[in-house]
This record gives sequence, structure tokens and C-alpha cells, in this order.
Amino acid sequence: MKEFLEGSIAVARVVKLCKPGVISAYPITPQTHIVEELAQIVANGELNSQFINVESEHSAASVVLGGSAAGVRVYTATSSQGLFYMSEVIFNIAGMRLPVVLTCANRAVSAPINIWNDHQDSISLRDAGWIQFYVENHQELADYHLMAYRLAEDKSVMLPAMVCMDGYTLTHAIDVLDMPTQEQVDKFLPSYKTSYKLDVDNPITMGPLADPDYYMEARYAIQETHKEVIKLIPKVTAEFSRVFGRSYNGLIEEYQVTDADKVIVAMGSVCGTIKEVINELRKKGKKVGLLKIVSYRPFPVSEIYESLKNVPKVGIIDRSLSLGSFAPLVSEIKAVFFGKNKKPAVISSFIVGLGGRDITKDSIRDVFGLMTSKEKACEFIDLKPELLKEEYE
Amino acid sequence: MNNKQLFSSGHTACSGCGQAIAARLVIETAGPNTIIANNTGCLEVFTTKYPESAWGVPFVHSLFENCAAVASGIEGALKYLGKKDNINIIAQGGDGGTADIGLQALSGMLERGHDILYVCYDNEAYMNTGIQRSGLTPFSANTTTSPAGAKSLGNPQYKKPMPEIALAHGIPYVATCSVGYLQDLQRKVKKALSIKGPKYIQIYVPCPLGWRHEPNSTLEVGKLVVETGLYPLIEYENGKLISVRKIKALPVEDYLKGQGRFKHLMANSEEIKKIQEIANNNIAKYGLKAEEAVSA
Ligand SMILES: Cc1ncc(C[n+]2csc(CCOP(=O)(O)OP(=O)(O)O)c2C)c(N)n1
Ligand SMILES: [Mg+2]
Repeated sequence: MKEFLEGSIAVARVVKLCKPGVISAYPITPQTHIVEELAQIVANGELNSQFINVESEHSAASVVLGGSAAGVRVYTATSSQGLFYMSEVIFNIAGMRLPVVLTCANRAVSAPINIWNDHQDSISLRDAGWIQFYVENHQELADYHLMAYRLAEDKSVMLPAMVCMDGYTLTHAIDVLDMPTQEQVDKFLPSYKTSYKLDVDNPITMGPLADPDYYMEARYAIQETHKEVIKLIPKVTAEFSRVFGRSYNGLIEEYQVTDADKVIVAMGSVCGTIKEVINELRKKGKKVGLLKIVSYRPFPVSEIYESLKNVPKVGIIDRSLSLGSFAPLVSEIKAVFFGKNKKPAVISSFIVGLGGRDITKDSIRDVFGLMTSKEKACEFIDLKPELLKEEYE
Repeated sequence: MNNKQLFSSGHTACSGCGQAIAARLVIETAGPNTIIANNTGCLEVFTTKYPESAWGVPFVHSLFENCAAVASGIEGALKYLGKKDNINIIAQGGDGGTADIGLQALSGMLERGHDILYVCYDNEAYMNTGIQRSGLTPFSANTTTSPAGAKSLGNPQYKKPMPEIALAHGIPYVATCSVGYLQDLQRKVKKALSIKGPKYIQIYVPCPLGWRHEPNSTLEVGKLVVETGLYPLIEYENGKLISVRKIKALPVEDYLKGQGRFKHLMANSEEIKKIQEIANNNIAKYGLKAEEAVSA
């Protein structure tokens, strides 16, 4: 059924349909509306779940870790400093192979403190072992939560999944989406069952000490599983399409790439703006396109290669930095093409929309304009030169 | 890693480890219908070196400071599954993991009212990392980060009053124990588990390596600390002091002299006087002397 909903409300209602038995909550903007809505849903008796108000994000993550270890489907959400405060537990959850699902309402990180959107929070935790999806719009944020649970809990996966949605742009915006029904969700997402859990009838030790004789294999296993996830995602999206009638690639999305001589690579809601600009430029005869990365972890190396190998000029939009080095997405995409015969002649790097700096159509036009035969390294778009001149005494 | 014994002896604790004795007694008292969430620390390290495990009950170790929160999630899950009523949940950790880095998570657990027994194994320092001071290290103790020296008499702070902090949360049960009194320990664990809600038990567990005493004097040290008044064995139910172990009120030197961590004080009567004062205050506060009445 079509509904007009705030992004956060849509997430909460979709999570409700997934029936998590344990939810932990801690406030942080712009995530808070999600857990507030879930609190109300539980308070109304519409969802049977243990809703646990914790004293910090460290405990929010630890509570869902414990709930998941006890064999129950779990959920939590956070942003920015909250995700960082969880970070120790985030790595731990993946290492313990617990299929926790978490929403990251993407927000810039301090300092300076800033509550607006970029991707620095979740990108900084890319190495933790979690599946990471970056969604573009309301329909995707609903649908990818369902797929996140389905994938995370797959016997062959058993890894946590993070759905990353842009703060404000998606969390606070009201838009139309086709809300899944309970019947559809039940068909797509079986109730969670695992034999690997804390069970007094079959006692196991979870989280043991692994010395140098054992540690590496545990890490290797996660790396191998991510390869399996790449193969599983198309199967899960196909199942999804059968139940819900909406089709996704799940790893990437190509928009006007086939004949393009300039392609932007980006993640998240900015892809909507990019598509609009592409439509306009195409009308003027410009061959431009977009490659949207949906699954950032696992990173779809061969899909990216196939998509971009014949594109002359590629421009990567990063909404985060690895201060002191190349931006995260650009370094990974360059790595895809290292040593390959077919590759883009130019791969330029653009930093856009940090800390909620507006990304307008002009910003995107600028990026396309700057994608010349001269490679741009870490080009910041929409910087204000007058602020850079300011001196502090 | 499926064990019949609840806590098998194949672990790698040092000889004379008080924590190993106490942890074994706790789980044997709690029985097989128990799930344990454990902080990082000596206990977790010496009982769960993969692929072995000393634990015959479901056991989870996550991080250094989060066992109270992990246990909260387990409790939520069991409630959701309708299984909480006949399963005990124990969250446990060392003094550092409890009174310092894990205090926030513990406070959250106590305040939220989860049906969990929290056990703090108090060996009075960060032992797993090599004897650094914690908030529960006693006054004047020599540790690797509160060393005695020309300008230092050891740990300058007093022991953090964890039982009182736990009590201030208004929880139904708070008690202290010592491995010097194993029946008392057993009784308190049993009692705690019979009560619904959050419970806090702090157990004094000597560490021969860290305190530099003979491994075979663990139980003796565990008695002396109580008999001097330095570690009152107390028990609160619903905020009321319901039991106090009466003591002989031995001079604190009797306790201090057997331990290398206090060796630097032996010629310093001023410093020993300060420690005697700690004991005297405890004796007065809880009415510890055999002939005195309880004054709560
Ligand atoms: C966040 C974090 N900080 C520090 C450590 C290092 N660390 C592991 S165990 C430990 C000491 C534990 O002390 P305590 O809780 O008193 O337990 P004990 O080993 O003495 O039984 C420390 C400092 C860690 N694992 N995690
Ligand atoms: Mg300790």
C-alpha cells in the first residue's frame, strides 16, 4: 500500500514487521525518531518485543549482542558519535558472527560538532565485518532493512548488517513508498532460528580467547563469508522481487552507464540528485551516467569493474574522508582497476556535502564539468573560499 | 565445547587464585540452569582459551566493560522467549571491569531492574594486564601504576565504595563475601538467586601473584581481611542491613604483613595508623565487633 511517511517512521514500521524480540534504544539526532516510533509501537501493544532503554550506545550495542547471542532477532539504531561509541562492540558483534541489524542514520562526526549528514560515521567502521547497505530513497530504506535481516540471518552468512541512510535527507523527509505488508514480510523473512546460541540444554562458550594458533582463521572466515554474501545478494533480491514485485540488483545500480563517457560513482540519497542532473544533461546530448554503490560491504569488485571498464571518465563522490590520504571510495575503486587492461582513462575524486553542506544540482553539474581529461585528486566541491581566508588570533 | 561439569578444573589459573575458587563456587551454587556473561579479565582468559572451555553452562564473553549490558540483552531475549522464570543470569567481572570501566553499564543494568545477579571478583587491581591499580585497589597498596618510591607510599586513593554505590540504586540485594568464608559465599549466592531483580555481590578474591603472598595462604588472607575489619562482610536486602559477620578486630598489621604489596609500609607506623583507621571506621559503621550490636 502506498503511504506518505517520514523516513524514520517507515524504518520503524518495517522493523516492526520483522518482529525483533529485543530492541535497544539511545537517543541521538538524526536517528532518534526511529526508536521513538518503535517505543510507541511496543507501548501500543502492536509489537511483542523487549524494548530496552540503555544508558549509552556502548550498552545499546551490547544489549543487542546479548539478545542475539541468546538466539533472538534484535534491532537498534544510531548515528555519528553514537556509532563511534559503539565501535568496540560493532567489531565484536561481527567477530562473534551475530546477525544484528542496525540502522545508521548517517551524520557527520565531531569536531566541530555537527548533526547534519555525511557518511563519515559508517564509513569509518567499514572494516568491522558488517554488511553495509547505502540507500537512496524511502522505498529502498524500507526494502533494504528486510533484505538486511534476510541476508544477515542466512545460515551461510551469520554476520551483522548495517543499513545506512542519510540523516535528515532520508530520516526526516516525508515521501511516498509502497509499505510491505506483514503477509509479504512473513513470506520473505522466516522467523529467526539458530542452534548457535546460549542455551542451558546445550551449553556452549561464546567469545573465547583465541591465541595466535586460532585467531587468523576466525578473521579469514569472515573475509570468505563476505565473498559468499556477494553471491547471495542477487538470490535474495530475486526472492524479494518475487514477493514484493520490486527489483533490485542489491550490489550496484547503473543509471545511463552503457554509452556514457562520464560516470559519477556515489552512494546514498545524493544519487537522486545526480539522476535528475543526468536527465537534464542527457536532453542536451551529454553522455553522462551514474554508478550507485548499494553494497559497500561486501564491496562488489567485479560488478564495479564490469560497469566502469569502458567508461573514459569516472568521477567518484565521497561524502567522507580518510584524512591524510585518498578518500575511501576513490581508493577502493582505483584498486578495482589496478593492473587491469581495460579501465577508465581518468578517475577523479570529489568531496561533496560534508556536515550537511547542501548538494544542489549545481554541485553535481560542477562535478561533471570538472571531469575532464585532467585527473582531480580530492577536489572539494562548494568550498567557501572566504571562510578559508579567515584568520584566527 | 560441551561440558558436563559446570566449572571443570582444566583451567590455567595461577596456583592459589582466589578468583578461580570463588567463580567455581558461584556457578556450582547457581547450578546448570544458568547463563553467564563475563567481562574480559583473568577469569575469562584462564577459563576459555580456545578450543577448551572450563564452563559447563552457556557462557558468553564479549568485551571488558559490557557484561552487565550483554546480560541485560540476554535477559530481554529470555523474557521474549518466555523462558526467564527458570533460568539464572549471572553477569560477572573483575574489580576493574566492574568499578571502573564497566560502572556505567552496571549502573544501567541495576537501574533498569533486570533479573540478573552481578558478581564482582575483587582482587583489588587490574591483574590480567599485570597488577595496575583500579578503583578498588586499597589505600597504600603497591601496584605497577601506584608504585611505592621515595615520593610515593603506593595507592593514594581509598577503595571505591562499590557496595554502597550498588545499594544506592535501590536494588533488592547487595552483599560482600570473601573466599575466606566459603559457606557464607554459597549462602549469599543462593539467597541472591532466590530474589527477583538486580543483585550485586562483591567477592574478595586474593591474588597471590599480584599481592605477593604465598599461594597456600589464599584462604588465610581471605579471613584476615575480614577479621581486621578491612573487608566487612555485609548483606542488604531491600535496603536494610540484614547480616554482618562479627569479627575479632585483629590489628591490621596481621593482615598487611603477609603481602608484598604492603611491604613498604611495615616500617611506617603513621601509614599503618591510617589503614587501622579504615578498619576502625568499618567496625564502627557496621558494628563488626562480636560484642557490639548492629548499627546500620
Ligand atoms: C576497553 C579495554 N580497555 C582495556 C583492556 C585491557 N584489559 C583487559 S583485562 C584488564 C584488566 C582486568 O582487570 P579486572 O577487571 O580487575 O579483572 P582481573 O583480571 O583483575 O580479574 C584490562 C585492563 C581491554 N581489554 N579493553
Ligand atoms: Mg582485578
